[in-house]
Amino acid sequence: MKTNYDLVVIGGGSAGLAAAISAYDHGIKDILLLEAEAHLGGILLQCIHNGFGLHEFKEQLTGPEYAERFANQLIERKIEYKTDTLVLEIKEDKTVIYSNKEDGLVEVKAQAIILATGCLERTRGAINTPGDRPSGVITAGLAQKYLNIDGYLVGKRVFILGSGDIGLIMARRMTLEGAKVLGVAEIMPYSNGLNRNIVQCLHDFNIPLYLSHTVTNIIGKDKLEKVVIAKVDENFNPIKGTEKEFQVDTLLLSVGLIPLNGLLDKVNVPTHPRTRGALVSQNLETMKEGIFSCGNVLHVHDLVDFVTKEGRKAGYGAATYLKGKMHKKGRRIITRNKSGVSYVVPYYIDVENILDNLVELNFRVTKPFEKTRLIVKLDDKEIKNIFKLHMLPSEMESVLIEKEILMNSNAKEITLEIKEG
Amino acid sequence: MKEFICIVCPRGCKIRVNEQGEMEGYGCKRGITYVQNEMTNPKRMLTSTVKIKSKIVNRLPIITSSEINKDDIFRVMEEINKVKVEAPIYIHDVIIKNVLGLGVDIIATRTIRE
Amino acid sequence: MYDILIIGGGVIGCFIARELAKYQAKIILLEKNNDVCSETSNANSAIIHSGYDPLPNTLKARLNVLSNPLFDQVCKDLDVSFIRNGSLTIALNEEEVETLYELKERAKVNGVEVEILDKEEVLKREPNLSDKVLKALYAPTCAIINPFELTIGLMENAMDNGVELALNSKVVAIAYKDNYFTVTCENNKTYQTKTIINAAGVYADEVAALINDTSFKIKARKGSYFVLDHFDNNFVKHTLFRVPTSKGKGVVITPTTHYNYLIGPSSDFIDAKDDTSTEKEVLDAVKERANSIIEKIPYNQVIRTFSGLRAVSNTDDFIIDYSIVNKQFINVAGIQSPGLAASCGIANMVRDLVLKLHPYEMNPKFNPKRRKMIKLSRMSLEERNNLIKENPTFGRIVCRCEKVSEGEIIDCIRRNAGANSVKGVKKRVRPGFGKCQGTFCQPHVVKILARELNIKEHEVVYDNLGSYLIKYQTKLGEKSED
Repeated sequence: MKTNYDLVVIGGGSAGLAAAISAYDHGIKDILLLEAEAHLGGILLQCIHNGFGLHEFKEQLTGPEYAERFANQLIERKIEYKTDTLVLEIKEDKTVIYSNKEDGLVEVKAQAIILATGCLERTRGAINTPGDRPSGVITAGLAQKYLNIDGYLVGKRVFILGSGDIGLIMARRMTLEGAKVLGVAEIMPYSNGLNRNIVQCLHDFNIPLYLSHTVTNIIGKDKLEKVVIAKVDENFNPIKGTEKEFQVDTLLLSVGLIPLNGLLDKVNVPTHPRTRGALVSQNLETMKEGIFSCGNVLHVHDLVDFVTKEGRKAGYGAATYLKGKMHKKGRRIITRNKSGVSYVVPYYIDVENILDNLVELNFRVTKPFEKTRLIVKLDDKEIKNIFKLHMLPSEMESVLIEKEILMNSNAKEITLEIKEG
Repeated sequence: MKEFICIVCPRGCKIRVNEQGEMEGYGCKRGITYVQNEMTNPKRMLTSTVKIKSKIVNRLPIITSSEINKDDIFRVMEEINKVKVEAPIYIHDVIIKNVLGLGVDIIATRTIRE
Repeated sequence: MYDILIIGGGVIGCFIARELAKYQAKIILLEKNNDVCSETSNANSAIIHSGYDPLPNTLKARLNVLSNPLFDQVCKDLDVSFIRNGSLTIALNEEEVETLYELKERAKVNGVEVEILDKEEVLKREPNLSDKVLKALYAPTCAIINPFELTIGLMENAMDNGVELALNSKVVAIAYKDNYFTVTCENNKTYQTKTIINAAGVYADEVAALINDTSFKIKARKGSYFVLDHFDNNFVKHTLFRVPTSKGKGVVITPTTHYNYLIGPSSDFIDAKDDTSTEKEVLDAVKERANSIIEKIPYNQVIRTFSGLRAVSNTDDFIIDYSIVNKQFINVAGIQSPGLAASCGIANMVRDLVLKLHPYEMNPKFNPKRRKMIKLSRMSLEERNNLIKENPTFGRIVCRCEKVSEGEIIDCIRRNAGANSVKGVKKRVRPGFGKCQGTFCQPHVVKILARELNIKEHEVVYDNLGSYLIKYQTKLGEKSED
């Protein structure tokens, strides 16, 4: 069995596939990609709705179609991959330990690693929803897997907490498959989903959206019987007397996603307190040389097209590193988020190793903004002042910075902020 | 008075239409066209699954080959629910030809080899 | 006809079953839920207390102190996770320091080894503790245990030695005639037995009332907890108590045997004996108390909150005795904290009560050991690979968070007192205990359960009968409902 590879890619979803393909196309042929589930494609395989690929292919694909295109590209290149294979540990010396039925428990030595393990759904435990603990309280993504792959409907009378896109999509899917969706509660005063999904998943089926509401009680001994929702005040505390009850057998949770980066625990890679992904350079290299991170394990994306793009960037970065073309690390410009910006990825710009003429900074805003300006500063010097018609927290934004500006500056920090009015 | 959220761009204008058909709240002309379509002839792509005999999955994902009338969604679902296919199925295989005579096919969106 | 019928499959009922399996008696245990270890034993602090705390001359004190040293052997025989980590009872002000010295005196009377440590020593042992700590009472014999493994291991070993188990068997009537009892369950099954042991937890008074024994009352006291993910094995090493108040042990911060952390419990009497809901205000209060000992608790690591009930008798002590109505009916009631820690001694005491009635011969074939659990996490690379070669299901890791293989799940289903639900698998081998709370592994666990139990996937339950996960198949029309 082969136990030495130039590059090991962990995860065969959209990020991992793009990363492996891109590394290959940049000249790295000795690659092993490891996927935990039985098929390549990751979460896309259960996202059977359309709307993927508008940026990547200028057409609207379903999740499985999008996944198949990239899986085929991997297979055409004869990149080695293993499915049903879980990586248990990565070590500081870039040893990757995986396990599967055929090979057993194997230690593989990699020269570089790309982590593309995606994210997990926040559960009831993470949001401390009070009440009983019956069955029937389930994350939207798990219900989606049961429905779209296995053919099971988790319930027939459904309430949904959280207006993220997965929850909205599932409202429509469950309605089409014969369930009654009684409503969606969102704790924020605005929806976290795309408008298209609000219209086509909720309005089309007369499903009410309760903004500034949350679930305050879950009732049922063995099986869920009802949920209670209430309006919340500006501090998100439930307001007494505003409770509404719904007799349901299912509560779907669509309350956010968390990067699945437990593998970084043993390699001492620092993570970002807000995104909970690794701190990376613009080449998506973590603080540990030769270990890269991309996709939802780095920060949670709203569009798969951006995940693919990020995967490619990581593949390019890893290929450059493996070919010995990365310069010794020198000056860093740390990215900072100020008012209106909740986080910026990458965490820093590795000035000696800017591979393209433009450096892309991705960020999210803290709340919906209309007609504002995005200000970018290198230390105190303003370098960009861009009019933004509208920005939403649920949609990732980006700004491009010219390599030349960065190279010619002695700044220690680059700051993004939103100026209203 | 009817209210629409325009989905043409991320801005999401709330467009109101009164009994006389006059609109307000749109940010650009595309919003007017969007609401006119939604009022007279709303169309949707439909995605779902059909039963499949396969070693690896129980359901095959499918999509309509083009948009169908919003009002036809549940009738088409009934047809989709009647079908059972057997692996191998290849991506974009036609699963139902010209469903309900609407001039639209039901198409597989995933390859299931076994 | 059974010699002994035990009502209740919590740690007490299972311990008694396993203890009596050492004798030549025909024994059955009835459990009203779909699995043993489903109520109080399933939701507690998982601590084997040292025994300094209960008031001297109570059963609580005597049996706790007696039991504590016995757990090493029991856990070895049953392959149960058990760590003697020691406890620190923290004093934050002068008044609490005084209480520590009172507790030290009480420990002396109870016969428990303790030591008072000064601030410097306490902080050296637990650097994350609040700087406000003045002193702490150190009890080296305090231990942490996995209560699921213990209860299930006891039942499995009892069954290995011939004890029968009937699940989903809620007792609704008991008649006594011609020197034997007829026990009727809600499912209409009946059992004849010479002796009954009532280990029905918070319902023990209701079960006793079935033979018109109304000599005691049980109230349920609810305790709510936070569970933290295993983020740092050194966050807290000892079991930490805030000096007790009139409300009980106060707040506890403790590692578990799997390096999760438990923070809790609250302590409130409740009316409904099946109310294990959690409330925001109660948990907020737990947080506040916990923060007094450790200021920087990473609540973003919380993966679950839960509540458990304690059976509190009107005497406030354990009730372990023949019923005043019928000597062949033995009450084991009011087993609140330190019930888990005293469980070994409780079983021994019940055994003596039974043998006084019927001097059963020893069972010469009794084997105290259950077959070792197959735990990949404690095997070397070579051992694992040999196992995988022999049985490839040990190579397929189903639970990403806790790294549990398909083979381990199959093994826990096939054992005596084996898992028959998703939660049953979770209690035995941990998939679902991690950060994802089953989001990734549940569909796999459902498939494995269906295959092993020879049922349809949509018939698999989460826990009790009726707790379906995926009740309906799509594309089958309305007929498919049930």
